[in-house]
This record gives sequence, C-alpha cells and structure tokens, in this order.
Amino acid sequence: MIDTQEAVMEAVPRRGDAAVEVRDLRKEFVSRDRKKGRFGKRTRVALDGVTFSLERGETVAILGQNGSGKSTLVRLLSTLLLPDGGSARILGHDVVAEHRAVRRVVNRVSVEASFFKKMSAAENLSYAARYYGMTSKQTREKIPEILGRVGFPRDRRDEPMENLSRGMQQKVALARALLTSPVVLLLDEPTTGLDPRSKLEVQDFIREIRTSHDSTILLCTHDLGEAEILAERVGILDRGRLLALEPADELKQRYGCGTLEEAFFKATGREFEAEEDEDDDREVMA
Amino acid sequence: MRALMGTMRAELVGAGGVVERNAYLTKRYIWWDVAWFVWTVANTLTIVFIAKGIEATGGTLDVNETMTTLLIGAVVWAYLGILFEFLMETVAWERWEGTIEYTFMAPLSRAMHLAGQGVFAIMYGLLRATFLFVICAFLFFDLVIPDANYVAALAVLMVASVSFIGIGMMMSVLPLISPEKGTQLGFVAQGTLLVVSGVYYPVEVLPGWMQAIATISPATYALDGIREAILEGQGLTAMWDELWPLMIIGVVSIPLGLWVFSRGEQYAKKHGKLKRSG
Repeated sequence: MIDTQEAVMEAVPRRGDAAVEVRDLRKEFVSRDRKKGRFGKRTRVALDGVTFSLERGETVAILGQNGSGKSTLVRLLSTLLLPDGGSARILGHDVVAEHRAVRRVVNRVSVEASFFKKMSAAENLSYAARYYGMTSKQTREKIPEILGRVGFPRDRRDEPMENLSRGMQQKVALARALLTSPVVLLLDEPTTGLDPRSKLEVQDFIREIRTSHDSTILLCTHDLGEAEILAERVGILDRGRLLALEPADELKQRYGCGTLEEAFFKATGREFEAEEDEDDDREVMA
Repeated sequence: MRALMGTMRAELVGAGGVVERNAYLTKRYIWWDVAWFVWTVANTLTIVFIAKGIEATGGTLDVNETMTTLLIGAVVWAYLGILFEFLMETVAWERWEGTIEYTFMAPLSRAMHLAGQGVFAIMYGLLRATFLFVICAFLFFDLVIPDANYVAALAVLMVASVSFIGIGMMMSVLPLISPEKGTQLGFVAQGTLLVVSGVYYPVEVLPGWMQAIATISPATYALDGIREAILEGQGLTAMWDELWPLMIIGVVSIPLGLWVFSRGEQYAKKHGKLKRSG
C-alpha cells in the first residue's frame, strides 16, 4: 500500500538547514498615483532587505504596526507572493523555485479566520485536508480529535461557520492549520479582534503546539504581551525593515528599557499604539 | 516510483477535495440553486416560444423541429453558463469568502485544482441540462422527438466539455487579474463564443468572418452534433465530422488554459492580488 506521506518526501528538510532562512528579502508594490497624472504610479517598499533565520522548533515573534510588512512577510513565506529581491527558504527549499515542496510543510493562521461560511467546521476542515492529500479515512478520526483539542464543542461541528463567534472561528482556523501537521506554522495576528477569554484560549493552544508539536512558529503580531510570553525571540519590523531580532530581555537591555513597548518606541522612534494614517499603503502592503 | 505513485494519489485526493467542497456548497445553497434554475427555465421558454410566435404571425416552419433546435441551443447555453460559472468561481468565490490564500498555498497542483473544479462543473451542469431539457421538451411543449439518440448527444456534450473546460480555465484567470470586473468579462466570453457558434441559427447565416471564427469554436461542433443526434437520431460513427475537431480543440485548449491560468497566477503573485480583498 502506498502512503500519501511518501508524497511529502520531496519536502523533507535538508541536513543542516534552518527551518526558515530569509536573506535580504525585498518586496515592492506599485500602485496608481493620480497626483502624478493619468498614468502616474508610486512604488511602496513593503519589505526592505529583511534577513533572519529560525531554527527548528523555535518560536519567533515579529512585532510591527499595521503596514510594517508583517503580512507581506507571511504571504511571501506562504508562496502567495513573489519577492523582488533576496531569497527565502523553508527547510532548505526556495519559496519561489520549490514552492510545491514548501507548501507541503507550511500552514498558516491569519487575522481573518477565512472559511466558507455556510459550510460547517467539519466540512471546511474536511475539504481543506484533501488538498494536502489526506483521505477521508485519515480525516474521519483526526478532525473530531483536533477539534476536541482546540476546545471546539462537539455539538456545534455541523453548524455553519457563520453562526460561530470570532473566537470559535479562530480555533477552527488553528485546527485547520494543525490538521496537516505543518513543520512551519505562520501565525499572522491570530488573536487580533478576539475577546480576552478567546485570546487567552488561543494563546494557550499556541503554547500547547510549541510543546506537543515539533513545529517552528513565526508569529506576526502587534500585541507586545503576546510576543513576550509566546516567543523565544522577538523581532521589530518597521516600514519593511527588520530593526532587531533577539530574546525579549536582550531587546529591552539593548535599548535600555524596562518594557518591550519602550524598546519598540526607541527602536522605531514611534509610539506603539499610534496608528499611521496609511490606508492606501495598507491596501497594497497588508 | 512509489513516491511518484504517492504524489499522484495525493493529487487525486486533492482534486476530490475540490469536488467535495463544491458538493457541500451546492447542498448549503440548494434553494438558491432552485431559484436560479427557475430563471433558467423561464429564459429557455422565452427562446423556444419564438418558434410558436413565428407560426402564430403567419410564418411557415416546422414548429416541432424549430422548437427542438432552439431548445438545444438554449440548453447548451445554460450548460456552458454553469461550466464557466464554476470555473470563474475558482477565484471569485474564494476571494469573496476569504479562502483564496489557503487554497492557493495548498500543495495541490493547479492542474488538479482546476480539474476538480471542472469535473464537478460537468457533473452538475449535465444534471441541470438534463432537467432543463426534460422539463421544457416534455412538460411545457410536448415535443415529438421519436428518433432522438440521447446517448450520442450526451457523448458529444461530454467530449465538447473538455474544450469548454479548457476555455473556462482561460476565463477563470480574469477575476485573478481584475477582482472587480473579471467575472463579468467571463460572461462576455461566453456570449461571444455562442454567438459565432450558431446557438439559435445555422452558422451559414453569419458574416464570413464570424463563420471563420466558428470553425475554431467547440460550441459549433457540439451544437451540430447534439442536433444531429436528437433531431436525426445520428450515432457517434456518423458524427465523426463533429467529434474529431472537438477532440483536437480539447487537446489544445486544456494545456493552453493551464498555461494562461499559470501566467495569471504569476501576475497575481507579483502584484499582490492573490488575497481576499484583491
């Protein structure tokens, strides 16, 4: 009997490779600029020479405000964007040239839970698992098990997603990501917009993934507390540039601050909560 | 070899996942589909009634044959509409629901992703086309078609569907390039394809340049073949003249459709359009 897992062989890590290796990564977006005339264009740099690496099993948080390039970074690593310069490798596989190998080992959870809302949690998980080669025999037991692990009520599995709360939907999103046993998990503001209780539950589950799963986690967030409690290292991404990436304590030490918020302020020269009025940029850079 | 077989199996399971997803969605939106089907029936009736109208205003024609000819055109139009709609939704619906990024970052190859979408579209389209034909032909008009070879008609439609799917793949890239207007452009393509293919009239009545385009349209051969099968009772052997062009167009259109889609996907990845908000 042929195991579909053999299909994953192509994506096995190469000896000595970091889980994620990003070198001088650059991404620009060109948008129309009416101020420059009918055919006027402007270029916005979303990522500007970003370099970092993640070891296997490590959890790293990237802090940044809206429009800082966090989502662009996640989408590049998810093979949804083509970089304009530099490179990104996951388990040694280039995200552009070997995108199929990368896709087998990566999954993500984004700020929006993103489901077919008329379909139930079980249906959404079921078809999504097929895309990763999982047969109905494999998912029959695994879907109830994983929904149970994220604390999803058994009696609501067949309810349309649109009837569920945001917190509940986000738990299903985590379950969907874990169902495929990703080696690298990309979390793009997974707790944004959740009520405090749901937020804590999702954070607890991320902690559980860290201990029980052999996943490498890249957590992009603008929640400083979340970054500090969940990640071994914290990075500061500002206007597309990665200003620092080190353990939270060292980051605070480096900037001579008592809190991560102060360190962020010193690194970027801006208040963390201050939202930039850059809706136009966000439209292309988010 | 075993790894290759494993990959192929995973791909087939993935394509099955696309079919499964569409089945769930059809189940969840079934009453909307029924409403849409009522519209399709009404639309078809307005076209088929034209034959009766001509007779009533003094025109001389074989009403039964003309009505059947018009009905076949309307059913093929509706069938093509379903195929294109499903393929266009490959991108458009996913973008609307916000699942587009998850689908496009999955390890399923684009060929099998689109194949899964095409297979479901054909199954669902055939079911609707059959209901539409039966309801209009026998419930509303009591058409007399004693020689009809339905198996041959179905076979021609199946062969033509390969080409339709190929063209649909090319069309489905439009919402990827233009999230706002891409879907509407698909309807333009559908109408253009049928107008040159003799959907309600013989191709011979068209201007020369349109007749030239008709020779490369799979709908031309599909409509001819289905009409021959239903009106004249022709079998597949007698319809070779329609079948071989359909096969050639099918062989060309599928890889061409995949190529066009992959170019569109590259464009979307370059310009950041592969996301929910466009």
